[in-house]
Amino acid sequence: MSQTVFAPWNDPQAKPLIQFKNVTKRFGDFVAIDNQSFDIYAREFFALLGPSGCGKTTMMRMLAGFETPTEGTILLAGQDIAPIPPNKRAVNMMFQSYALFPHLSVWENIAFGLKRDKVAKDKIAERVEQMLKLTRLEKFAKRKPHQISGGQRQRVALARSLAKAPKLLLLDEPLGALDAKLRQETQFELMDIQETTGTTFVIVTHDQEEAMTVASRVAVMDHGRIIQADTPANIYEMPNSVYVADFIGEVTIIEGRVTKSGNGYDVAFAEGAPPLHAESDKVFQNGQSCHLAIRPEKVTVSAEPPQDAANAVQGRILDIAYLGNLSTYHVELPSGQIIKAQTANTRRLSRRSFTWEDTVWLSWTATAGVLLEG
Amino acid sequence: MRRMTWFNVTSLTLGFAFLYLPMVILIIFSFNASKLVTVWAGFSTKWYGELIRNEAFLDAAWVTIKVAVISSSIATVLGTMAALVLVRAGRFSGRTLFSGMIYAPLVMPEVITGLSLLLLFIGIGLDRGILTVILAHTTFSMCYVSVVVSSRLVSFDQSLEEAALDLGCSPASAFRLVTLPIIAPAVISGWLLAFTLSLDDLVIASFTAGPSATTLPIKIWSSIRLGLSPEINALSTIMIAIVTVGVITASLTSKRASLKRQADERAAT
Repeated sequence: MSQTVFAPWNDPQAKPLIQFKNVTKRFGDFVAIDNQSFDIYAREFFALLGPSGCGKTTMMRMLAGFETPTEGTILLAGQDIAPIPPNKRAVNMMFQSYALFPHLSVWENIAFGLKRDKVAKDKIAERVEQMLKLTRLEKFAKRKPHQISGGQRQRVALARSLAKAPKLLLLDEPLGALDAKLRQETQFELMDIQETTGTTFVIVTHDQEEAMTVASRVAVMDHGRIIQADTPANIYEMPNSVYVADFIGEVTIIEGRVTKSGNGYDVAFAEGAPPLHAESDKVFQNGQSCHLAIRPEKVTVSAEPPQDAANAVQGRILDIAYLGNLSTYHVELPSGQIIKAQTANTRRLSRRSFTWEDTVWLSWTATAGVLLEG
Repeated sequence: MRRMTWFNVTSLTLGFAFLYLPMVILIIFSFNASKLVTVWAGFSTKWYGELIRNEAFLDAAWVTIKVAVISSSIATVLGTMAALVLVRAGRFSGRTLFSGMIYAPLVMPEVITGLSLLLLFIGIGLDRGILTVILAHTTFSMCYVSVVVSSRLVSFDQSLEEAALDLGCSPASAFRLVTLPIIAPAVISGWLLAFTLSLDDLVIASFTAGPSATTLPIKIWSSIRLGLSPEINALSTIMIAIVTVGVITASLTSKRASLKRQADERAAT
């Protein structure tokens, strides 16, 4: 069996399921969505990620039909959906508050959408049983929403929104109300369900870890714009802006000026300090200001000066954040610049080689850092 | 637990006496054998018998119940609609004016409400009768309903209705299948409130009721002017009994419902 990578966004033949074409949404003077165009493909798990107020929920509500774009069009399977009311769209939504009907049992909640479609009674029963099984809720079918736990409610909401087998499922901060452990479990469950049902999922979240875990592509949003939409790995390894680099994961950002040197660029970041070296596909002019973004796990900490490292700097440990499996060192260079370095705690804490106020060497390769315009 | 000091006991007794002594006296004297209201002449239930044979009182009671049921039902529908608009529609021009106008009858002196309705009915040439009383009662009890219902709607999660739309409901069926069942307790208590308001209204009814439609409060009031009669005491006692039974049943039902809910929630966690 040949394993093909799921990446329809790289295939010029692929037809997108959803197309946003120059969509703008204004509430009075406030621009919630600022002239956005992008595509979402069938069977994708697409995450809209951003801080609150960035427009991600508005984007989703336009897909569900609760808001209409002020300008531009949204196409679902090639059809303009603006004139279609929410109850006529092949789109279902899982609400942040779950919005379970409190006066109906779990079974009736899941059957609600099917009954509206005048599906035959035995077909409804069959489908509901299927959904209960998928979300492992068979035992709770007769309970009312207030008689089950938060995690179970979340699964009822998911089952209800999947029952009508929508073309597109929208998830609005679906796991916000769950504790960390349950959330992680549910994330994997969501991915499983997405794979088994083959439904296209669009998830809205402010939790970057969640977006990275579940999504095939992540769109990082800010102030009504998608800053970057790409696979989790590309977003993390190749951010296109300081905003994205800073928003996703931990990062050290060093400001400086570039000079062309060999295969890459030298970044002068402080008076008297030797420049840092980074390779980049992007073209920079000599003297152009830039930001160098370095992920802490790509920085090696050592007591001795490292051999043949493209970049090596000496500094003093200011702070250590112990996370159990990892430790993050905050190392201050003589120029005052702080660089974060992360090491896996493969040895017991008592054997740790470095402690506060120690002078250490930090080193990283020429490809570890990402050069960003600034 | 606080001690029951003599001060607490006294103030409690005085307070309850102030509230209930008049009614207790009324109930006692309804079982008086004497025709004189103020002289006790032994226990008797004869005034209750008299009451049942009194056609005028029975007619008035029937009119009152008809008026109360019809007016409170119309008021519930209109009041609920007004509440929906006020809570849902957000900011539209004239919203403040509209909500002010909905609540104004709450503080308006009844005499003025009654008088203005009377002028209106005369103006449009509507003969005063049971219809005018129903219209008048609907008008003033509707705002009470809308206050009760809108206080429930404020805490109603709008996304429930959106979920219903999302699952294929038309806006009308979303209201019928989701919103209405959830706000039903508030709608019912709004109806009960409108019903009791209509039941014991004297002022507005006396402005708007013609000779053909005498309600019970009007009947009682007019017969008192001819002198106190033990029959009135008996009638009042029956009304007190009905109200008491109603209130106790309502509070027991809601208490049981909330206890059941609590037990369910405990079972859930």
